[in-house]
Amino acid sequence: MTVSERTLSTVTRPSRLQRIKESLSILWQSKVAVAGLILVLFWALAAILAPAVTTYKPNTEDAQAINQSPSASHWLGTDHKGRDLWSRVAYGGRIVLVMWPITDSFWIPGGVAIWGVLIALAVGSTLGLMSGYYGGWIDEVVMRILDAMMAFPTILLYLIIIAAVGASATNVVIAITIAGAPGVARLVRSLALDIRTRDYIAAAETRGESGLWMMFVEILPNARGPIIIDAMLRVGYAIFSIGTLGFLGLGLPPPNPDWGSMVQAGHHYIFNNPWGVIWPTVAISSLVVGLNLLADGLREESLRYQ
Amino acid sequence: MSADLEWTTDMDDHGIKTPILQVDDLAISYETRTGDVPAVRDVSFEIQRGEAHGIVGESGCGKSTVAFGIVNFLGRNGRIVDGHILFQGQDLVGRSQEELRRIRGDRIAMVYQDPMQALNPSMRLGDQMTEVLTVHRDVEQKKAEEKCIQMLERVYMPDPANVMRRYPHQISGGQQQRVVIAMALLNDPALLIMDEPTTALDVTVEAAVLDLIAELQRDFDTAIMYISHNLGVIARVSTKVGVMYAGELVERASVKDVYLKPYHPYTQGLMRCVPRLGMDKTSSYLYPIPGRVPSPKNLPAGCVYEPRCDYAREECRLKKPELREIEADRWARCHFAEEIAQVSWEPPADLVPDLAALEERDEVTETILEITNAKTYYEAPSKQLIGGEAQYVKAVDDVSFGVKKGQTLGIVGESGCGKSTLVKTIIGMEEPTGGEFEFMGVDVSSPVSQRDLALIQELQMVFQNPDSTLNPSFTVGTQIGRPLRRFKTVPGDQVRAEVVRLLEMMRLNESYYNRLPRQLSGGEKQRVGIARAIAGRPELVLCDEPVSALDVSVQAAVLNLLLEIQEEIGTTMIFIAHDLSVVRFFCDVIGVMYLGQFAEIGPAEAIYAPPYHPYTEALLSAVPIPDPSVEQKHIRLSGNVPSALNPPGGCRFHTRCPRRTEMLSDGGTICETEVPPERTAEDGHRIFCHIPLEDLRQMEPVVTTTE
Repeated sequence: MTVSERTLSTVTRPSRLQRIKESLSILWQSKVAVAGLILVLFWALAAILAPAVTTYKPNTEDAQAINQSPSASHWLGTDHKGRDLWSRVAYGGRIVLVMWPITDSFWIPGGVAIWGVLIALAVGSTLGLMSGYYGGWIDEVVMRILDAMMAFPTILLYLIIIAAVGASATNVVIAITIAGAPGVARLVRSLALDIRTRDYIAAAETRGESGLWMMFVEILPNARGPIIIDAMLRVGYAIFSIGTLGFLGLGLPPPNPDWGSMVQAGHHYIFNNPWGVIWPTVAISSLVVGLNLLADGLREESLRYQ
Repeated sequence: MSADLEWTTDMDDHGIKTPILQVDDLAISYETRTGDVPAVRDVSFEIQRGEAHGIVGESGCGKSTVAFGIVNFLGRNGRIVDGHILFQGQDLVGRSQEELRRIRGDRIAMVYQDPMQALNPSMRLGDQMTEVLTVHRDVEQKKAEEKCIQMLERVYMPDPANVMRRYPHQISGGQQQRVVIAMALLNDPALLIMDEPTTALDVTVEAAVLDLIAELQRDFDTAIMYISHNLGVIARVSTKVGVMYAGELVERASVKDVYLKPYHPYTQGLMRCVPRLGMDKTSSYLYPIPGRVPSPKNLPAGCVYEPRCDYAREECRLKKPELREIEADRWARCHFAEEIAQVSWEPPADLVPDLAALEERDEVTETILEITNAKTYYEAPSKQLIGGEAQYVKAVDDVSFGVKKGQTLGIVGESGCGKSTLVKTIIGMEEPTGGEFEFMGVDVSSPVSQRDLALIQELQMVFQNPDSTLNPSFTVGTQIGRPLRRFKTVPGDQVRAEVVRLLEMMRLNESYYNRLPRQLSGGEKQRVGIARAIAGRPELVLCDEPVSALDVSVQAAVLNLLLEIQEEIGTTMIFIAHDLSVVRFFCDVIGVMYLGQFAEIGPAEAIYAPPYHPYTEALLSAVPIPDPSVEQKHIRLSGNVPSALNPPGGCRFHTRCPRRTEMLSDGGTICETEVPPERTAEDGHRIFCHIPLEDLRQMEPVVTTTE
């Protein structure tokens, strides 16, 4: 079906590009969303262009310049080993936002936080759609299991998972998925329960469509708005959690820069050199705040003119 | 406050007639993301005391905006850009909230469509009502309560003292609306604005509420502004009526003049596209108004109705007509009103229907759907925590009927009578509890998931709500194409051509192929829904209120379309509706349902003439008819529809039947205990009633024309 749709679309299809344009126009309407987007874009660009916008390598130690304050040569100062903080902060964003190193030499684009949330979305949406669409005992079983998982405090869940399987980027992705999927499932289930009552669902049922079709073609596309907004918030939480794990020493292995472990390493020298703690903290919080602002702005704007 | 009151009384005593409400050149705009939308322009009218002024128009024409403008409730993005609103001689426009409160006091009251939104669900009705008096007027609690009870009695609320202690959800919708009306009247308002107060109610309840409004208007001497989209309702309650179109008042005169001899071409068009009770498809035709209402952002330079008008001329396109007085107290916004009124209207050549073809249809005798003793029960959860006997909502209980090939069966009844459940059971969305379902010789009592694709294809459905009938994420072309691909009606490479053919059949051109549902109007969505239903070329199409959410002019077009399709491909249809005029017009056979059972079923013309089932008689006398020259019998049902969880024994209608005591020798006690027999009149007309057929035949027809 998608194939023939593509061939048709060459004729006069205005939709995809125009739709994207339209959703972007909603974004510009909201000052809050624009502010959020600027913050997010700043960190995303800094991470992507890290080699170009930094003058030092993130792991180059300079014994002559330890615990320095911001200056012309080191814009944000240096840490206790004389490494350039700007360079470490910029490179530190890479693993959360830009690249997921699967082995030492192989990585795929999109950071750990983003992949974790995407996989959580896939798993959570499937479970939520099943619960919401079929209802009955499937709903009971799925939701009770997820409730049990949600009963654990998120950070405890992370600690258990990482402690069990070891600290690596892939395991962090797995932890984010396991911790995030129940929440996504709850959201998608509630959306599916509502959408299920619409007439077009009845129309599809009277065509005898299969369950998979009902869930993924008829219901899911109409739940996308709230799911996208929820996903943005979740990326924020994931970044936060990765920071926490790093601080606890369970994050990504050193010496590669990671915001959480930078705070952990810097806090021993906090009285000599507060900058080593301040900059990675600012990075985490401004990125999370940026994502939240973006999500809030989009939600408000899309609700306003319904 | 009281000074205000005396002042107006004085004026009236001196014989100077100040209108309660005078609206001059009112213009209201809404700010949106894409610029200002002029929702209302140039609206002028006045309402005298004791007068009921109707405002009628299709959805989006600005009727509610005018009302909200009067009570200054336009929301954050709406504002009055021009004109004056004089209430008892004082201008309300451009005043601060505080000043408005002082001028208006509590002398304007408003009743909305949904009573549940006007009542606080967490407060007892009595507290809500007395609050109106104790807070605004410093009346003592005790006296306030007495006054509220009196007012509830006045609106014919049974057992008012008891109702005062209840919560809103404990009374029915009709009763809620009565409470809201009583509350509005508590402060003795000079102006009562009613915005579609009966639209959410069933027709029998609506009739009683309309009676009440008419009576209150006589007794209280209140000026009433009554807003409705329903021409019949307006005809019943108001003395004068203003017709609105695209944000402008196009005609204003007494009800009789507007309905019987309209001046404005739009009003004329409206009158032609509503089916009158008694019209049918073999002898008459509905003429939809061509085109669609212009968007308020993109209005024509001249007359707003010019693009759709049959009489449009050069002048109409260039110059905007003023609302002018054509005869004494008859206003119309048309350059050529006098001229047009003289001409007798001729339908355009392409609209002349081939009525003969319809009549010539062969008498088919082949029964396509045969249903015997159908039962669909829903299990209601037991109220006990553990165990307890399961209770059943008997949504459909012992229904038998057959549908012949090519025929249309109409099912009417009030909400909750089981008509939708019956249709859902046939199509397989609900599992029947019992009975036999045979469709083209195949058993169809299994749910849709267990049916063969070939069988699924033969049964398709058209839905009620145009806004939810289409999946908002996919284009029109994809959605109509889906059944074609699924049922393999045409080879894969011809799907697009077939979709375009279907679109053209629906009078939509190819440009609709790539549109998304939100780019379509209500009527267009409904047409796409019909196209999707007939795409697989089904034998039987089930229509669940396909036109009840549409405006009258659009409704006419969709009904015509359904008729054409039926003629062209010979589909059999089951048509559910609550509008008895539409069902009479559209259907060959009609079944009247009450509480999960048929009260009466038979050929359309037989249902609308004696012998009647007493329930049918009551329904027919409740229908608001948009024709002031018609007389209706006055039969009002008392009480509410009983719960289907625990339906009354014997005849289900006996608790509300107005006929059984007077027409049965034993005073109708038999109705309480014994299930009514099936009485067969001519042409397979079956009536389920204890009253003998001969006596039912003696009844007078409900609707009579007086001319």
